[in-house]
Amino acid sequence: MTGDVIAPERKQAGSGFQQVGLLQSASFKSFLGRGILYLVAISSSAMFMFPFVWTVLSSLKTGGELFTFPPTWFPEVAQYQNYPKVFEIVSWAAWTWNSTFVSIVSTFGAVLTAALVGYSFARFRYPARDVLFMITLSTMMLPVEVTLIPLYLMFAKIGWLDSYRPLIVPSFFGGSAFLIFLMRQFFMSIPIDLDEAARIDGANYLRIFWQILIPLSIPVTATAAVLTFMAQWNEFLQPFIFLNTKSKYTLAIGIRYFQAVAGFADDTEPKYHLLMAASVMMTAPIIIIFFLAQRYLVQGIVMSGIKG
Amino acid sequence: MSTKAISSPRIPLPQWTKSLRAKEAIAGYIFLSPWLLGIILFIVGPMMTSGFLSFTRYDMVNPPTFVGLKNFIEIFTKDRLFWPSLLLTFRYALIVVPFSLVGALSAAMLLNQALRGTTWFRTFFFLPHLTPIVAAAVLWGWIFNADVGPINHWIRTITGSSEAPGWFRDPDWAMTGLIIMAMWGAIGGNTMLIFLAGLQGVPQELYDAAVVDGAGLWAKFRNVTLPMLTPTIFFNMVLGIIGALRVFAAAYVATQGGPAYSTWFYALHIYTRAFQYFEMGYASALAWIFFFVLFVFTYVQFRQSRRWVYYAGEVD
Repeated sequence: MTGDVIAPERKQAGSGFQQVGLLQSASFKSFLGRGILYLVAISSSAMFMFPFVWTVLSSLKTGGELFTFPPTWFPEVAQYQNYPKVFEIVSWAAWTWNSTFVSIVSTFGAVLTAALVGYSFARFRYPARDVLFMITLSTMMLPVEVTLIPLYLMFAKIGWLDSYRPLIVPSFFGGSAFLIFLMRQFFMSIPIDLDEAARIDGANYLRIFWQILIPLSIPVTATAAVLTFMAQWNEFLQPFIFLNTKSKYTLAIGIRYFQAVAGFADDTEPKYHLLMAASVMMTAPIIIIFFLAQRYLVQGIVMSGIKG
Repeated sequence: MSTKAISSPRIPLPQWTKSLRAKEAIAGYIFLSPWLLGIILFIVGPMMTSGFLSFTRYDMVNPPTFVGLKNFIEIFTKDRLFWPSLLLTFRYALIVVPFSLVGALSAAMLLNQALRGTTWFRTFFFLPHLTPIVAAAVLWGWIFNADVGPINHWIRTITGSSEAPGWFRDPDWAMTGLIIMAMWGAIGGNTMLIFLAGLQGVPQELYDAAVVDGAGLWAKFRNVTLPMLTPTIFFNMVLGIIGALRVFAAAYVATQGGPAYSTWFYALHIYTRAFQYFEMGYASALAWIFFFVLFVFTYVQFRQSRRWVYYAGEVD
């Protein structure tokens, strides 16, 4: 009924091409609309990318070139040697290794234990399960500041300060509420018939986890691993508080140290061009990992948000 | 449901079902045990400890001495940085969060238009979010450089005068600089991706029905898109506010809380008292006040959410 009333109007809009003239026609309007959308998309991409581009270009200039006025876009001669130079003036290689080590080991611990805990929440029935799950979710809102001081005191007491243990060991206790949530949601989407079939064939719980659920959860496990790795690589507050010795720094605090001394150089030349090279080198691995894992990652982030 | 059937008194169940249930529960707890231990060791235990410490004076050298409410009284009456830091932290969050929500939603709607090259645009928008906060603070420090930074160069070119903001050097501009930096990282990040998924989840029938009723672009957005997205907006808002109130690394690296304490965020205040002055009792009291404020703020948002968040699947 309503369709009958609407239909003539629609027809008119569609055939308006000849009647109303080119500028008011629907197809021209939509063409114009698309054009504006593309313009907005391209210019905002440029705005988001500008700081990166500027940093990369700055990292290829000489120290003096950075301070020319007015600022120039491109280096006169690309100074690729800025990159190896960073390794000479600060312990960049050691910091990179430290970050890699801490990130990989704690990612391993967090993903493994979060999967086990997620398995428990998804597949087992026991008293207080749902209460414990609610408590788990509510820890996501807890500010670390409340627990950080006692943790520092505890680690000081058992002599763990200035080592990687405070950064690594807690990861082996379930990782984080977010990871547990992610794994649980995914396990719940796998039909329980598979578990039951395996049970009838005599598989125990651990075997069901290892041989049925994990092989089916590779994408979400990869997402969890990549997200945890990135978070660890970027983590600033904890290494900053727990590590003292310069050679033990991770990249996040190393680059801050470098920034603090870059202006007051031991020789006269400021080192901002090297600082920019260092920023590029710290960011590059994360961007590479993102490109490799993009497909899974976007799904994983989205899943955590919608079902939240 | 199934529990009722098993415990029904009329049908005597064989003994093995009971033991099977017990076995399942034990196995469940075993798989849960790392996290249970983790909660006790790294969350509940430390929280209770810092609650206790907040009533003491403790410098890590001498044993803690009980001082009652003295820390709290001092914080509220004598601490010259407490109120300013709390207020400016809230001011920061209340600017960053709404702007980045609007920005992220706009970006998501742009990416939802099936433009050619959408994957590329999405990647470009998302990259700032991937940048480590420390690296972002370093590179924005350079871009905002008052003398030779590109931003000030453009400002000078456009306005034609030699005056330009001092950004991270200027107490009046440092906060604005940090806000711009935060929005650069937040707009295209997880928030945008979650909005994008939310947009794709809005049923097409609703739009078709709106068009039949003669809705234009704005009416469709106002009456279909926005109500259907309220759960997503709420989720992003709660997490966004908690994240923004906890800002530390960006400010510490870019401005060290200065100049003239203009970016002295609350987390920075706690950090300084705890790890530079080693006033562990006082800092614990500061941390608990922060926790309490966050808790109340989040609780209020949940209460308020009943008025404006619409869950499509909900039955009343």
